[in-house]
Amino acid sequence: MTSPYPIVTMIVILAAALTLAAGLIWVERRLLALWQDRYGPNRVGPFGLLQVLADMIKIFFKEDWIPPFADKAVFIVAPAVILVTVLMSFAVVPFAPGIIISDLNVGLLFVLGMSSLGVYSVVLAGWASENKYALLGGVRAAAQMMSYEVFMGLALMGVVLLAGSFNLTSIVTAQRHVWFVVPQFIGFVLFLIAGVAETRRLPFDLPEAESELIAGFHSEYSGMKFGMFFVGEYLGVILISCLITILFFGGWLGPVLPPIVWFLIKMMFFICFFILLRAALPRPRFDQLMSWGWKVMLPLALANLLVTGAVALVWSS
Amino acid sequence: MTIVFYTASAVAIIATILMLTRANAVHALLDLIVSLLAVAVIFFVLGAPFVAALEVIIYAGAIMVLFVFVVMLLNLGEPATRAERALLRPSMWIVPSVFAAILLAEFIWLLVSGDVPPSAVAGIEAKETGMALFGQYLIGVELASMLLLGGLVAAYHLGWRKVPQTEATHVSHP
Repeated sequence: MTSPYPIVTMIVILAAALTLAAGLIWVERRLLALWQDRYGPNRVGPFGLLQVLADMIKIFFKEDWIPPFADKAVFIVAPAVILVTVLMSFAVVPFAPGIIISDLNVGLLFVLGMSSLGVYSVVLAGWASENKYALLGGVRAAAQMMSYEVFMGLALMGVVLLAGSFNLTSIVTAQRHVWFVVPQFIGFVLFLIAGVAETRRLPFDLPEAESELIAGFHSEYSGMKFGMFFVGEYLGVILISCLITILFFGGWLGPVLPPIVWFLIKMMFFICFFILLRAALPRPRFDQLMSWGWKVMLPLALANLLVTGAVALVWSS
Repeated sequence: MTIVFYTASAVAIIATILMLTRANAVHALLDLIVSLLAVAVIFFVLGAPFVAALEVIIYAGAIMVLFVFVVMLLNLGEPATRAERALLRPSMWIVPSVFAAILLAEFIWLLVSGDVPPSAVAGIEAKETGMALFGQYLIGVELASMLLLGGLVAAYHLGWRKVPQTEATHVSHP
């Protein structure tokens, strides 16, 4: 059920995702300010909306400096990797019936694959910078994302079991009667936590913990290369919110309003939740993060999969 | 699709050759990742999207990250690159080249004799792959999982050591 004009859909989704990612910078700053009892950016344009534009002009004209000691080729490739992998994932996201670029049969696995390739961006940036703080950030990122990817995939297998497909459109249509958040609540919580860790948002931003590592893996980056990490992070937040909406909250399904509006409402809700997490939670220590992932989340994900499989087996027979 | 297949094959071969000839470990790993991704594209074109996705997730996305992680942790730098370059002498290439030549000869002979298995395979979905793995090849899967479990237990045993508790108490009572 792909759209009749794939090129148009492609361009619209690309433009919308990038605009939304830029707009999120403003949304995040305003919301954080609201929760912290201050104003946030409110000078440039109405409600400070043009602040994003001003920031973008600034970042485009900043000097793009490559340290002489860095591994030049890898240093340049690293920020591109994150943008490419995240934007590729958007290709299989069904926003509404007909608004999808490629209705791939293994859509969910494609997203997981792209997110696991996204790790290279951070890791290689840390390595190529030849800076001990950046290297520590890269090593942390590799360990963190490896650990959290394992149960991220496992948490989703419950949904795949219930829907009987890796295709994201079929997963949405399988939720016509009940959203998967009800039978798969543990899976939802696990995926939410893993999603925050995958996007390296607070409280899981240890790869760039500024209080201990300056800026972690992107310490040496400046100008638009830094901007690409920044936009990549926000695109990641949008992607994870889209995935939560599709996998657990019935995607575009909903009464009265058109499908795309329902999708956007649900997606924005989770984006705001991501921002609230940043305002509310402190950063854990790295060993706590790792032992939490392997000793709590992984067994929980396995148990969830086991129970779901048993129930599905009994149900079908 | 034929063009995609040959392009991906060319990328895979070139990336693998580059991987073999790099002296810098991280650069070699990056070339290997590109080669694995190209192989995933080949699987996809041949009608096995599930295997292609697994290739990306497991090989390119998980195992190679571990490799990069270890290389980064060791962070050998310039001396290791020089040592590796010294190892890449022309005489080192003789034995691998002979083996590669044997394989190439076999491959050409197969192509010429026309005794090639049919290449037009129907699409293989996740379900078929799973049924083959957990039906016909169940013993292989179980053996592999036992081997992995053994490796895991052994690694845990080797990495485990008792943390001495006494030092901390000495510090707290000066």
